[in-house]
Amino acid sequence: MSRIDAALHDLRSLDALAQRDTPLARLDARAKLITTLVFVAVVVSFDRYTVAALLPLALYPVALAALGEVPAASLMRKLVIAAPFALLVGLFNPLLDRAPMLAIGDMVIAGGWVSLASICVRFVLTVSAALVLIAVTGMHTLCAALGRLGVPRVFTAQLLFLYRYAFVLGGEASRMATARQLRAGGHGGARLATYGPLVGHLLLRAFERAQRIHLAMIARGFDGEMRSLRVLHWTRRDTLFILGWCAFFALARAADLPQVLGGILTGALP
Amino acid sequence: MSHHIVEARDLSYAYPDGTPALRGVSCRILHGESVGIVGANGAGKSTLLLHFNGLLMPSAGEVRIGELPVTAATRAHIHRTVGFVFQDADDQLFMPTVRDDVAFGPLNMGLSPDEVSERVQAALETVGAAHLAARAPYRLSGGEKRAVAIAGVLAMSPSILVLDEPSAGLDPAARRRLIGLLRSFTHTKLIATHDLDLVLDVCGRVLVMHEGAVQADGAPEEIFRNAELLQRCHLEPPLSWQPRERWGQVFNL
Repeated sequence: MSRIDAALHDLRSLDALAQRDTPLARLDARAKLITTLVFVAVVVSFDRYTVAALLPLALYPVALAALGEVPAASLMRKLVIAAPFALLVGLFNPLLDRAPMLAIGDMVIAGGWVSLASICVRFVLTVSAALVLIAVTGMHTLCAALGRLGVPRVFTAQLLFLYRYAFVLGGEASRMATARQLRAGGHGGARLATYGPLVGHLLLRAFERAQRIHLAMIARGFDGEMRSLRVLHWTRRDTLFILGWCAFFALARAADLPQVLGGILTGALP
Repeated sequence: MSHHIVEARDLSYAYPDGTPALRGVSCRILHGESVGIVGANGAGKSTLLLHFNGLLMPSAGEVRIGELPVTAATRAHIHRTVGFVFQDADDQLFMPTVRDDVAFGPLNMGLSPDEVSERVQAALETVGAAHLAARAPYRLSGGEKRAVAIAGVLAMSPSILVLDEPSAGLDPAARRRLIGLLRSFTHTKLIATHDLDLVLDVCGRVLVMHEGAVQADGAPEEIFRNAELLQRCHLEPPLSWQPRERWGQVFNL
């Protein structure tokens, strides 16, 4: 199995998880979407040197993953794939920001390192929350929820098509890569001279397929609006889900929970 | 019922770059007829089919579905009358689940959600795919994809079915099921295919196309016996008619 195949297979597994009937899957997609958006906003709103106060917020993705029976190993793999982007963002902080910030014994830690750690924690929190959201909701239900919340249909339709045809196009790319490799005569490494035409060819194929899909849509009466049978039901459980989590987020934002906890513990000790 | 007649009159089409694809095709297909369209690759079969649904507009000549000429103005109506099953089922199954996909056409027709659900269920049962309703199309086998693509078209209750290479890429069992399914339909059918055995099983009439023109039009049993015609059009007799020794000669066994 080529790397492209493996990556696609991994992505599909996330959507397959959403097909199962868990208490979380039965919640209205809008409730989960709104709560996750609030979660991301709260995580991002902290000061750039915050690390410890962010940690209690990990309860949200962890609880959701546990209730939704999302396997941790699968989540970790996807986090690792996206990790280089986060590291790149914070990579130069330790070099640029050398003001001493913390002292642990004799070791002095610069502000740059603290902000890098903060970026990494935020990355893990927000990306894992988004991945868990997809795994307990499913991409198409999520798009329906986005539509109902007022996101333009053009955008949600594009997202759905991207998700549907990423697999088809990925399969094509994977076959082309295998065909290239079989005739590469041992020169397995990437060579720009062969990859250029390969990517160009893939783009042309994608155009052709897009054209055929468009014809197929017109043939079944498409007039620019994506209609769906999917209905979303808002119940009291959904309201409780949003309110409960938002109360927790507010608490974690207002009070530095680890410090409070530490204060209680040390205060209680003689 | 004259409104199910499909007619092409001196139909010509050239691709935007000027390459001619159809050169004066004329044919008249009556209500309930099942017609195979055969020919070599590039003979113009698919191009002809796309005209029957208004997905391509002729450079010259005209296509009529019943009383209506196929024009930009009548296209929406034509799409309800003529159901088109595409060659690559992946192009047709663009919705996230099988149920959503089969519902796409009926929803666009403005039917109520209840009626759409009924039609989806009925269409999926007709093709024997009711158990696949909640599945994602990319997880289906080739035969299942084809069945669902046909259900998506049936749900719009067309009176004419146009199928482009329906048996391509199917395993023998799935192909056999498809043939049974096609035989059970009372619709007017136009089937472009390389599978001459399927034509023998399903179609009462065959059009042989070569270089954008109709070379022969008649009963499959007669036309497939005309060795000179078949050879000229890059075709061979149906496999079920070919003696095994022939393959011995071909492969020098």
